[in-house]
Order: sequence, then C-alpha cells, then structure tokens
Amino acid sequence: MDAKYSKSWSERLTPWLFMAPAIFFFLVYVIYPIFQSISMSFYQWDGIGDKVFIGFQNYIDLGYDPQFWTSLWNNVLWLVFFMLAVPFGLGIALFLNQQVLGIRAVKSLFFFPFVISQVIIGIVFAWFYDPSYGLLQDILGIFGIDPIPILANEHLVTYGIIAAGLWPQIAYTMILYLTGLNNISPDQIEAARMDGAKGWSMLIHIIIPQLRPATFIAVVVTVIGALRSFDLVASMTAGGPYGSSSVLAFFMYEQSIFNYRMGYGAAIATVLFLIMLIYIAFFLWRMLKDERG
Amino acid sequence: MFPVPIEKTRPFTQISYKIALPISVILWLLPLAAIMLTSVRSMGDINAGNYWGLPTEWNIVENYTAVFQNTAMGQYLFNSIIITVPVAFFSVLLATLAGFALAKFKFKGNLAVLAMFIGGNFVPFQILMIPVRDLTIQLGMYDTIWALIIFHVAFQTGFCTLFMRNFIVGIPDELLESCRLDGASEWKIFRSIIIPLVRPALAALAVLIFTFVWNDYFWALVLVQSDEVRPITAGISALRGQWLASWNLLSAGSIVAALPPVIMFFVMQKHFIAGLTLGATKG
Repeated sequence: MDAKYSKSWSERLTPWLFMAPAIFFFLVYVIYPIFQSISMSFYQWDGIGDKVFIGFQNYIDLGYDPQFWTSLWNNVLWLVFFMLAVPFGLGIALFLNQQVLGIRAVKSLFFFPFVISQVIIGIVFAWFYDPSYGLLQDILGIFGIDPIPILANEHLVTYGIIAAGLWPQIAYTMILYLTGLNNISPDQIEAARMDGAKGWSMLIHIIIPQLRPATFIAVVVTVIGALRSFDLVASMTAGGPYGSSSVLAFFMYEQSIFNYRMGYGAAIATVLFLIMLIYIAFFLWRMLKDERG
Repeated sequence: MFPVPIEKTRPFTQISYKIALPISVILWLLPLAAIMLTSVRSMGDINAGNYWGLPTEWNIVENYTAVFQNTAMGQYLFNSIIITVPVAFFSVLLATLAGFALAKFKFKGNLAVLAMFIGGNFVPFQILMIPVRDLTIQLGMYDTIWALIIFHVAFQTGFCTLFMRNFIVGIPDELLESCRLDGASEWKIFRSIIIPLVRPALAALAVLIFTFVWNDYFWALVLVQSDEVRPITAGISALRGQWLASWNLLSAGSIVAALPPVIMFFVMQKHFIAGLTLGATKG
C-alpha cells in the first residue's frame, strides 16, 4: 500500500479486530499467567489462605532442597540424552529414503508411535521393562544377564524413562528429515556425484548442510520435549523411587498440588521457564531475522 | 536422491535391504506388539507367565468388553471427544482470523504480535498452572469440560496462528487488491477469498490439534477430577491403580485410548505430515 495518503482510523483498526479474539484468549490464558506465576514465586501461599510476601525466600529454600537439585540434574540428563533423537531420526530417515514397494507403509509404521499419547507410551514401556514379565528381561536372558528392575533402580530409572521418550521423538525427527531429504535439489546431488563425492563425504559435506532447516526444527522440538517431560515421569514412576526420577515439571506439580506449596511451586516453574526462555529467545531471534529477510 | 537409490546398487545390497526393511519395522514396533498380544490374553496366561507364546485362549471379545463394562472407559472416551472436537474447531477459527491479519496487513506491532504467539506456544505448562487453575475455579468452571475446552482453545491458538499466517502469506496480494477495488469489505474478502483458499490447511491443522489435545495429560490432571469429565488420558491412568496385575485389561484399555488419534493419523496421513513438517523446509 502506498504511503501517500494516511490510513483512516477504521483501516488501522481492521487487523486488530481480526486478531482480537485470539489475542484476548492468549493474553488471559497464556501471557498474563506467566507474570502472575513469577510474582507468586515471591509469596508463601497454600492455595486457600492469605498470601504472604517473603521476597526471595522460596528461591533460597530451593537452593537447600536436594529434591530440586535432583530434578534439575535430571532435566540436564533429559536435554543431553533426548538429543539422541536427532542423529537417530536422521539415520532412520536415510535408511527409509528409498522408493521400493511398500516403503510408504513402512514410513507410516515408523512414524505412528508419535501420535500415541505419552501416558500410553509410559504403560507400553512399563510393560517392556517389567522385571518379572517384561520383554527386556527376556532379551537380557538370552545373553545370560539377570533381570534388571530398571524403573525401581534409582540410578537407571531416568535413563529408562528417557529411552521411552526417545521412541516417539525419533519418529518425529525422522519425519522432519524425510521431508528435508525430499526437498534437496537432485541437481545439486548429481553435481556433487560428478565431482566424485559419495557415501560419508557426500553426507557430511553436501547433505547435512542442506538439511539445516530440518535440523533446526528437530533440535527445537527436541529441546522443548525434553524440558516438558512431565507425562512420562508422572505415568511411569511418579518421580520415584524416592524422587530419583523427578524433573522440574513434575516436582513443581507435586509441590503445588500435593503439598499445597503454591509459592514454592511457582518458584520452581519460574526456574523452568527461565531455562526455556533461553531457547525461546534464540528461536524467536532466528524466526524474526528470517521474516525481516 | 540421497542415499543412492537401492535399485542402482549391487543385487546383494538390494536383497539385504529388502530383508532388513521388514525386520526393522518389527523391531521398532516390538513394544507395541507386546501390548497388543497381552490385550487378548486370559488371566490364566498372565499368571502362568506366557507372554510371548501364542495365547492359549483368545480373549479378544472378553477383554475388550470387560474394559467397557467394568470401568468408566466409555465415559472417558466420550469426554475426550466432546472436549477435543470443539477445541480443534475454535482454535483453528480464531487462528484463521488472526493469521489473516498478520499475513495481509502491514501495521505497527505486527511482528510483536506474531512473536507473542510463537513464544507463548513454547512456554512450559507449569508456569501457567497455578494462575490458570485459579482463574478456572473463580469462573466456576473447575471440573467441567469447559475448563479444558477454553484453556486448550486459548493455548493452541498460538501454534495455529503461526501456521495459518504462514499459509495465508502464500496467497497472492493481487487477488485481494482486485476485490478491494471492487469495494469489497475486508470481512467479505476474508469469507469469500481467504476461507475457500485455506481449506487444505484447515484440515491439516484440525487433525494436528485433535491429536495434541486428545493426548494431553497434564491439564486433564490439573483442571478436572471427576469421572464424569475426565478425558481418556487421565482416565486410563486412574484405571492403572484399579487394574494392578490385570495387564491384559490395562493393555486393552491402552489400545482403546490410543486408537482414535492413530486412526485419524492413518486416514489423514498426508494432511497430518504436511502440518507437522511445516517450517522444516524453510526458515
């Protein structure tokens, strides 16, 4: 539109009218509650009685709470090991990127764990790990290893839950990479082949750089998945044994709903939010840079 | 194409690939196969430790009817449907309106609004939990389906708006300009040009949102508590305590709970994947 004439009021108002319902609900249910939670983290509150302002006391208490450090450490483990979904997804995508009979069905079968609820994934893997009946024990038995009660072992439990989470997550990154591979221009690959590139050197120097957009999205959704890991922890172990598999998301829920420590819960949520904010800021910065061109 | 198309490789590689493919599918779905096999077993098999052999009796009908007869499973399924369907409809509707404004109007604050929707979409649920729960209680909606419907509509609008905005950007401006010259109002342009053109995107988005909301567990725990309103994720989780050792019933229940999004996925596969991979190719 030309800048020669200034827009009338009604013209300026139009886009805001279209956005009004969406903005209203989003502000009330998403944006405003973030600030409410942060402010609540400076209060002591049992959810019913009066709120008492206590400054940074909740955060100081967190520092002395071993359960907080366990949960935070488990979040770090989630972030690190959940990232395996990215190379595994790429590997499976490369394996399946062929045009043989039935490959479409195979791709769908690889992908569909992603659409199953995490609560069900939790049940599936609890059954898989079960020390007396589970398939895993039968497999270990072939190698002469005694059953390992993964979900009851405080050193292994978090890894067991992460492995369960990787199953649908790999499906997700795989589909992102399959789409990415589909979009690489065949000319470029042919040109590289002419130059003698093949196998690993082709993959590392030509294919992976071309897949950057897919990798970016895969990393973003995996980081978010890792920090949001609530469903699996809640449904597989409820943080146990002895709180050893808790993560910040679950710890926050436990403190607020079961122990009625809303202010303390809000402080945990704020810590989790600040960690996520690093990634949100990075993602927004990348997106907006692209938008501006 | 990368890797090299299999039909251009040596016969040995071709044969190995064709053998490896079905084996890999079986390995990948093994945990799920375990649940499916278990869901048709009798308690006798479970107690005798027969987990991997063929079931001695096929209790398909018995187990699945038991799931519906002895528990509130039918109610949970119904609750999930009446929560999920309106959410998919309304969040897509709000997002199409907002996406149109963000894609086709130049105004101050355009990018800021977009950034708000994108950023808000990524926040951890726990930072919203206490205020949203309080608000729901104050509005008298705690433990009603409205608590979940309204929250999910509000939250999913973030992702949906980004999605619709990116789709509508691709509609040529000339189309809208010519209508404006004919004196059409923006509302008319929205209804008669935008809506028909975004139909495929609406379908893709609705399928995605259906799946996301169907699978939600956290808000189902936080905003409702009685069997009359509980969706299936929270329902199955509650039934676990009741079923303890009845792995056959728990497995059957899990399959019932997982089925609707799985069917949705296989029926609307193209739309689903198109929605999910939006942005994986550009950006």
